[in-house]
Formats: sequence, structure tokens, C-alpha cells
Amino acid sequence: MTSSLRFRAAVVSIALFAAFLGIWHLATRSTGAVGNMSPEYAKLMGLTATQGKSAMPGPSDVGAKLWEHLRQPFYDNGPNDKGLGIQLGYSIARVGLGYFLAVIVAIPLGFLIGMSPLISKALDPFIQVLKPISPLAWMPLALYTIKDSSISAIFVIFICSVWPMLLNTAFGVAAVRKEWINVARTLEVGTVRRAFTVILPAAAPTILTGMRISIGIAWLVIVAAEMLVGGTGIGYFVWNEWNNLSITNVIIAILMIGIVGMLLDQILARFTRMVTFPE
Amino acid sequence: MSTFDNPFDPNRRLHAGGCSCGQHVSEAEHQAAQLQAQAAIASEQKRYEGVVASAVMRAMFPQDVARRSFLKSVGAATAAAALSQFFPLKTATEAFAQGGPLEKKDLKVGFIPITCATPIIMAAPMGFYAKNGLNVEVIKTAGWAVIRDKTINKEYDAAHMLSPMPLAITMGAGSNPIPYTMPAVENINGQAITLSIKHKDKRNPKDWKGFKFAVPFDYSMHNYLLRYYLAEHGIDPDADVQIRAVPPPEMVANLRADNIDGFLGPDPMNQRAVFDGAGFIHILTKDIWEGHPCCAFAASKEFVTSMPNTYGALLKSIIEATAYAHKAENRKEIAAAIAPANYLNQPPIVLEQVLTGTFADGLGNIVTQPNRVDFDPFPWQSFAVWIMTQMKRWGQIKGDIDYAGIAAQVYLATDAAKLMKQAGLTPPTATTKSFSVMGKTFDPAKPEDYLASFKIRKAS
Repeated sequence: MTSSLRFRAAVVSIALFAAFLGIWHLATRSTGAVGNMSPEYAKLMGLTATQGKSAMPGPSDVGAKLWEHLRQPFYDNGPNDKGLGIQLGYSIARVGLGYFLAVIVAIPLGFLIGMSPLISKALDPFIQVLKPISPLAWMPLALYTIKDSSISAIFVIFICSVWPMLLNTAFGVAAVRKEWINVARTLEVGTVRRAFTVILPAAAPTILTGMRISIGIAWLVIVAAEMLVGGTGIGYFVWNEWNNLSITNVIIAILMIGIVGMLLDQILARFTRMVTFPE
Repeated sequence: MSTFDNPFDPNRRLHAGGCSCGQHVSEAEHQAAQLQAQAAIASEQKRYEGVVASAVMRAMFPQDVARRSFLKSVGAATAAAALSQFFPLKTATEAFAQGGPLEKKDLKVGFIPITCATPIIMAAPMGFYAKNGLNVEVIKTAGWAVIRDKTINKEYDAAHMLSPMPLAITMGAGSNPIPYTMPAVENINGQAITLSIKHKDKRNPKDWKGFKFAVPFDYSMHNYLLRYYLAEHGIDPDADVQIRAVPPPEMVANLRADNIDGFLGPDPMNQRAVFDGAGFIHILTKDIWEGHPCCAFAASKEFVTSMPNTYGALLKSIIEATAYAHKAENRKEIAAAIAPANYLNQPPIVLEQVLTGTFADGLGNIVTQPNRVDFDPFPWQSFAVWIMTQMKRWGQIKGDIDYAGIAAQVYLATDAAKLMKQAGLTPPTATTKSFSVMGKTFDPAKPEDYLASFKIRKAS
């Protein structure tokens, strides 16, 4: 029953994808020659103008270009022209670093907030004000004060991934069942040991859910941040290809961003499953 | 008049009609003759001498008319000899050509991927930086604000900017006031008004009421030239049309999507709109103001003062590249050098059309305008004054403005003036020339009168 459902779902998925490609292909095919131009004039014009080629690339254009990128993902032709693999590497490294810093700050702080009602109440107004600020709104401020664009990008990743982790950690810690803590207290377990052996395992699924939300946001933000700051990364790649009006490359970048985002999410989802326990 | 023209020629004509020197029937013929003459100046040394002598001559006699009468009365050779008597032309030329030891060899220079940046970009692949002992990385940058921030941050040692930007930044219009300097103009001419292909029968600007236009930046020549052009045709740019700031690549996409009716933008975007069949070139900006400045080469004041030799070598590379780009016969080669993904990332045929000036206009004609874009580094301070009159005209700056003072502060006095000071002479402060925009002569000495003469302007 399950396997047959899975099979049928796969068939429907493939059919949808094929239909999508078909419609895309039909919608973007060229209409043949347009107008009557002198050959000399036509030589100065692009395919859109001379053959009525659609401004949008078709699936075959994207496929061919994608193959070109995949065959040579790590080439490096100077500061402004690097392979897709290198660009993705830069973005992942930035996200990794900013995210790692956020983990170091958010989880201990979240623990503190969750365990101490006083700190929780005291920090609450700050968190409430800082949390809804769009990460990119920090960018000009970061550029102006930090005076280094790559550190600014990492700072923006940090500032946007810190809040979901912080709030989820605090919530997870605060929501640990009172009975468990009371049992630990009866057994005279010290505060530090209690935090690590009772609260951390109990709150882990919630904390990891927060981390999963954060990595999603971080990946969303890095593309926009790199478009703004430029230099390297997949966001810069999109901006650069947009400058060239190369929609084909923009589509490829979008596809890559989606795949990497999905992989990052899946990794954290797997961790979440590992620490979740049936009650 | 170009910095690369010969200022010792007493017969050059000062105004349009025929060619600029008056010896040829047309500008094209004049250029052909000039190319031959320039080919004769083969040695590097000769060219430095030319540049230095030209700058000194110009600084001594900032008024074209005065220089001409002086040259006529004594002759060019005598003038040069007289000049070298009290100004060590030879030493200055050597200082300019050699410079001292470089304080820093690895430099970063930011650019926006448009043809205005041609000299800055081509100097890298064509070896102009390397020749002066510099290892320069030219870095594509996402926008004008980012260029500004990265130059202030010192991530970039120098950068490509719009020529009104250093003025705006210095005066604190649209940003905090920070003293900025502009030692060289990057390109002159080289922009165009491009309209959507659906307006090909609406060529008269009087029919443009309700149009939506795009320009790349509020503080740009593009904005001022478009407003000027519209106002000369009786269209109030603030009331009758809408003008938005849009990044150049989005101009073409918006034109195709019918979101805007036209734009005054940098190349290659005008030609790209034609190439993609989305628009046609209505008028080149050279036909609005022949020889107008557009983009600039800007460096922080700190860089200029703390690393004078590096700065000198960098400026020399740029001036050499500019001189090379000025020659029509090199343009095809330059187009090929800057087309790859590392630089402009455009189809070579598009860049070739822009740089050679033989292009499809989008209406089925092949147009030949050899100086569609040209390269001339001299930062005339009267350019700055004109820009400030337009800033005031459209309400970007208010109150009393020290036109000449700001112009002198930002549009750096030329290297020649600096060299003259080193030689113990007092350089003349005037580095202005008059010019005309759409047939109206601009006198840099009377900016307020000029401003008052416009009927259409923002009430201040």
C-alpha cells in the first residue's frame, strides 16, 4: 500500500515535471524570422530581434548551460569570473561561519533565558524589538561600522539566525516538564549537571527546530546580502548574470540555491530526528 | 577640445562648424588627419612631453582666446621654448614618467560594468597597470552606493564613479558630507536616450507627456542631461513625466516589460536594448552636449597624500589607457578585451558597436558617429560648476553655493598645477572652459545668471 502510494506519487511528479518542461518549451520557442532587415543590419542585432527568439530561455538552453557549468564547476578567471562551485562554496562558508557564531551565542543565552524568569523578563523587550528587523536592514549599518564587506555579510547571517534559535531554545528549556526537574532536584543533582543531563535532552528537539528555521533564513538572506555587497558567492553570481541580462544563468543559479537550501534543511531535519524521543 | 589635441596650434577653431581645428572640411576628415599625426608620435617620451606641456600651457592660459592670440603672436615653437625657460618641462616630464618607489604595489580598483569604465578595466587585461609596476585587481561592484562605501572603507584604493558623485558627497547631498576628490574624468559622451520600440513614431519630445523614464542614479549626468533635454522641449521633468532611478541592466528588462517608456542610460545598455529588439536609440547625449563628462576616476584624499608615488603610477596608467582608448583604431581591440565575463560580460558585437560608433539604431539604420563615446581625462572645473547649477536647478542643493570653490576642491587641480607648485611657481587657479549645451553657451563665471535663465526649474 505504502510502496504503491510512493510509486504513484513519483509517476504524478514526473508527469507534472514533463508537462512543465513541455509548456515552458512551447512558450519560449522562436517564431522564425521577423521583419525584413538588411543582412548588414541583422549582423549587428541579437537573435531576439532577428529571429523572434523569445527573451526567456527555453528548457534546452538552460540544460545546455547547466551542463557547461557542471562540467567545470571550479574554474577561476580572476576576481570577477569564477565557477559555480566556487561561488556556492563562498556562500556556504559565509552561512556556515555566521550560523556557527549564532549557535555559540544563541544556545547558551537561550538556556539562560529559559532557566531564569528574571533574565527572560529583562531581555524580552530587546528581543521583541530586534527580532522583527529585516536582516538586510542591518546591511548599510554593518558596512558603515564594520568597514569590511565580507565580515558585514557574515554579521548579517549571524544577526538573522540568532533570533529563532534563541527563542526556541528559551521556549524549549522553559517548557521542560516540571516533574523531571523536580525528580532531579530530589536526587540532589547540581545545576550544571541538571542542565546537561535533564534539560538539554528534553529541550533538544525544540532547539533543533529553532536551528532548522535559522539555517533556512540564513540561506535566504545570504543570496540577497551577496547581491548587495558583491564580490563572491552565489548571490553575486545572480547579480552579475542579471547585469548581463542572462536569464539562463539566473535560472540555473535559482535551481542551485534551491537544491543547496533543501540539503541544508535535510541535514538539520536528520539531526532533529536523531534527538527526538518518543514519550 | 581634447587633452590629446595639440594646444600649441594657434589655428584651432574654438566653436563648432567644420572641424575643431578649422583646417578640414568635416570633423571626420579632421580626425583622419589627427590619427596620422598621432601615429607619428610613436615614442612614449614624446607623449608624456605632450601631455605635460599641454597641461602647463592650458594652466598658464586658461582662456582659449588668450592662448590663441599669444601663440599667434609668438609662434608655437617660441611659446614652447619660452615656457620651458621658466618651467622645467623636462624635469616635470621625467618626474611624471618615472615617479619614485611605489609605496604599495597590489591595488584594488572598483568598477561598475558599463563602457564608461573602459580605461579602468582595459588597463588590466592590456597591461597598462603592469607597465607602471602595479598589480591592480579590478573588481566589479554591485552599485554606486557600494562603491562609495568600499572606497571609504579602504577596501578599494580607487574607484570608478559618476562625475557628479564626488561633488554630491562633498556637499553632503544624499549622504554625509565627506571631502572627495576626482583627479580624472573617465569618459566623455557615451550615453543615449533610448525609447521603447513602440514609440518609434513619437520622436518629438513634445509628445512625451506622461512618459516614465529611468536614469541610473539621482546624482548622475544621465539625470541632468535628460532633465535638460526635456525642459528644452517644454516638458517639466518633475510634473509632466516620471523619472526613476533604476540600475542599468533593469532598464532594458523594464523597457521590454513595458514598465518604462525610455531611459537615459549608460552604454552598453542602450545598444543592448537595440540588440534585444526592445528599443531604439532616440538621440546620443553627444548631440545634447558635445564632450560632456560622464564617469570619473575617484580616489580618497588619504590615498592621494599618503601614497603619492603609487597614486602617480595609477593615474599615469589610467591616463595612458585613456589616451589609448581615445584612438579610434584601437577601439575594436578594446571591445574584445573588455567583453569577457570577468569584465563587462556582454556580447562582443554590442560593445564593438558602442566603442566604434558604427551601430544599429533600432529603427533599421546603421549610424556612424565615431565619437559616440570618447575618452579624455582632463577634469575641467567648469564641468563641476555646470553640474552644480543643475543640482540647484532641480532642488538637490539649496542656498548660496561656492561654485568655484567646491569645483576646485573636488575636481583636483591638475597634476601640472601640482608640478608647477613643486617648481616654485604659483599655478593659475582657473582651469575652466566655456561650452554650450543644446546651443546655449555656459559661462562658468556666471553660474547664477545661467541658472536664472531657465524657465523650467524647480521653485526653490
